[in-house]
Amino acid sequence: MAEVIWNKKDLLGLEYLTQEEIELILNTADSFKEVTSREIKKVPALRGKTVVNLFYEPSTRTRVSFELAAKRLSADVINIAAETSSVKKGETLIDTGKNIEALKADIIVMRHNYSGAAMMLARHLNISVVNAGDGWHEHPTQALLDMFTLKEKLGKLEGIRVSIIGDIAHSRVARSNIWGLTKLGAKVTVCAPRMLIPPGIEEMGAAVTTDIDVALRDADAVNVLRMQFERDQNSAFPQQMEYFMKYGITEERLAKAKKNLIVMHPGPINRGIEMSSEVADCPQSVILEQVTNGIAVRMAVLFLVSQAREGKNEAAN
Amino acid sequence: MKEKAKLLDQETMNRSLVRIAHEIVEKNKGIQDVCIVGIRTRGVHLAARLAAFIKNIENKDVPVGILDITLYRDDLTMISSQPVVHKTEIDFDMEGKNIILVDDVLYSGRTIRAAMDALIDLGRPRSIQLAVLIDRGHRELPIRPDYVGKNIPTAKNETVEVHLVEVEGVDEVVIVEKDG
Amino acid sequence: MKLLIKNGRVVDPANNLDEPRDILVENGKINRIAKVINNGADKTIDAAGKIVLPGLVDMHVHLRQPGREDKETIASGTKAALKGGVTTLLAMANTSPAIDSVENIRMLKDIIAETAVNNVLICAAITEARSGKELTQIAKLRKESIVAISDDGASVDSTELMYKAMRKARENKIPVICHCEDKLLSGGGVMNLGSISTRLGLKGISPESEYKRVQRDISLAEKAKCRVHICHVSCAETVEIIAKAKKKGVKVTCETAPHYFSLCEEALLEYDTNKKMNPPLRSRKDLEAIKEGLAKGVIDAIASDHAPHTISDKDIEFDRAEFGVIGLETELAAAITYLVLPRVLSWAELAKKMSWNPARILGIDKGTLTPGRDADLIIVDPEKSWLVKKEDFVSKSKNSAFIGVDLKGVVETTILDGKIAYKQEIKD
Repeated sequence: MAEVIWNKKDLLGLEYLTQEEIELILNTADSFKEVTSREIKKVPALRGKTVVNLFYEPSTRTRVSFELAAKRLSADVINIAAETSSVKKGETLIDTGKNIEALKADIIVMRHNYSGAAMMLARHLNISVVNAGDGWHEHPTQALLDMFTLKEKLGKLEGIRVSIIGDIAHSRVARSNIWGLTKLGAKVTVCAPRMLIPPGIEEMGAAVTTDIDVALRDADAVNVLRMQFERDQNSAFPQQMEYFMKYGITEERLAKAKKNLIVMHPGPINRGIEMSSEVADCPQSVILEQVTNGIAVRMAVLFLVSQAREGKNEAAN
Repeated sequence: MKEKAKLLDQETMNRSLVRIAHEIVEKNKGIQDVCIVGIRTRGVHLAARLAAFIKNIENKDVPVGILDITLYRDDLTMISSQPVVHKTEIDFDMEGKNIILVDDVLYSGRTIRAAMDALIDLGRPRSIQLAVLIDRGHRELPIRPDYVGKNIPTAKNETVEVHLVEVEGVDEVVIVEKDG
Repeated sequence: MKLLIKNGRVVDPANNLDEPRDILVENGKINRIAKVINNGADKTIDAAGKIVLPGLVDMHVHLRQPGREDKETIASGTKAALKGGVTTLLAMANTSPAIDSVENIRMLKDIIAETAVNNVLICAAITEARSGKELTQIAKLRKESIVAISDDGASVDSTELMYKAMRKARENKIPVICHCEDKLLSGGGVMNLGSISTRLGLKGISPESEYKRVQRDISLAEKAKCRVHICHVSCAETVEIIAKAKKKGVKVTCETAPHYFSLCEEALLEYDTNKKMNPPLRSRKDLEAIKEGLAKGVIDAIASDHAPHTISDKDIEFDRAEFGVIGLETELAAAITYLVLPRVLSWAELAKKMSWNPARILGIDKGTLTPGRDADLIIVDPEKSWLVKKEDFVSKSKNSAFIGVDLKGVVETTILDGKIAYKQEIKD
């Protein structure tokens, strides 16, 4: 078996990974899941390393997941809640990053409200940058944990059909899932009202529909995105109830889909908007397993970027 | 790399393992509370073989586990090869057990140090004993094996390679000299 | 002082000339052009193997002075211009304060007189403070020898106001330069709308936001019988609309910038803010349409839209970075590399678009080597390639879209008013 070398200091998005690299992360995460099920859920792999969570957007769940992942690897963790303002001129992102680097941190995990921020930071730093979500661009660890959960449930990703429902236009989760799933041979359909489907999304490898029943018909799994009505005050934006009536996942809609359809959601759920409470709590829902798996996946990512190196594998004695 | 000498072949390797199996039974006065844990990769296969030999002797199964020590290594950033994390598979309770830790070659002792840390994080065995096929010397830590297939004095520029049927398709131990 | 330029291939579209010729320059003017001149000149330049062109007339430059002297000054910008072969340029009005009053024009003229090293022409604002609310006193400003009006950087949203401005411009015999953008359609966008903006998760600017406004401004101009010039044409639809209007006889001209005929939206895949400009780099199809528009003569001029920005305005998150790139020092080489060498344009057509046409649009006596005219000319090595490097720019700002690119064509000598104003340093 040819071993895949991980030589990337950063994880910026699934667009930038090969199929083999994604598989390596998922396989490594599988080993870490065993660690997280132990009584002592901690290994010394990143002992003496420092992970900085640099969050420009509030996000409790992703931050906590990364923090736990880092701590279970024995790294020291610092959380920085930062602010950006297009008007106010504070310290630039690059300056902030270089200061963190000067503190001898090893990995920056960054959430940022602007697309491309993680890539820009990574270009300017020698230490690792892990993208914990940048604007509408990518949220690679969310997609990886979605894929990990699917693989665990279905045994494989190749050939499976996944439908992503919701505000595709403004979703980094959707984009990362499209890249990752299609690279591993899954078939992805995105479903949303026309105005929430961005132009040319087909070129990323996803099929498009505006009909929820079409999206559910042959799907093996459905990934339901969080609707953020507060984001857009545009009057053309669908109203909450109208959205639920047309796109909400309900038991009636599930009844028409495959019997074992897997229901996923990146959280936090708006019960009664994207999906009914009954669906969120139904046996097919793997929403809480996603949360558990998120730690193993993020442990794998932190471990791999910290071990990134050039060159070839040699047998060590 | 050039091969200098063959130290063990299939027959002598088997003989060594059978002897170790007997020693384990003898030292522990039977196999009550004995569990065998192989260190990835080759230790896993050696552990399985020891368990089989013990079954021949005692006619009873010994629990066997697999230990991956990648996350406990102290040389993660120094080694040129990239470590691949695999699963640890120990599905028995180690509390009060005598654990026989199995590896192919004992050298600096760092692998065993990592393995002991990993084991202790997983539970509280009564004792940990160490079985190795080859002890080539050059210890860097105060670690001593309880069972040894063969002691082989080596130079530092030499490497001991254990080849197993399960991995390389042949059972042998060779000593090779690094170029330059 | 007599200067003789011998053996160069002299390209002067105004006189239908593209032949090896000698040029004699005397007292700052072109004296004579002939096959062989052996007059005893004070200085002779051998231009064998070189192309001799009229000095470039760049009709779209942001010099940033007054107001943002950290980005560029008239001194630094005009020095950069000479290096790029630009002997005359039109300074846009979006300074701080804007060039919207007689006082501000006079202040600008003083700075130009003191510090400019080439010819700087002034474009005044259409509306007070370029806010789109009240017209400037165009007739009065015209007396201060402005050559055009434009609110460049912004479009005049009010149709009524734009119509009035065009009537005034017509009365005063100057063109209106239109930055065509409907902010209602482009607002918040940072790159071209399409599959690449989707991939990058960036808000898009549709071609529609440009061409709809082009359509409006052309129909207003037709009604007002005013000369309009559409600046920085970036998309296929705009080219098509202008082509139709020209056929119909509307007095419309237009320009594009080097980045629109050399780059497309795919250049943004790594969020390089030096590829962020407004209008944005469009699709591959648009890039081809721009080249076709240039080849077919729909697009009259090439101008740099030189827009200097400091590192702190560019080295930040893509969404927050300023729009615009510098271009004075690379525009000729970019045009040679992407248009002349691939035979999209001939040398004569290039000289037309970079010298003669802009001079005519602005109504100035420049852009040709006709004897008696100002001796503004450049000597170009057409084959020499060079790597564009940040540290080599003369401009105060380094935000070029061509950093790291090998361009062909080097301005060896720039002659302004008969004197050598710039000579390329020969590096080992």
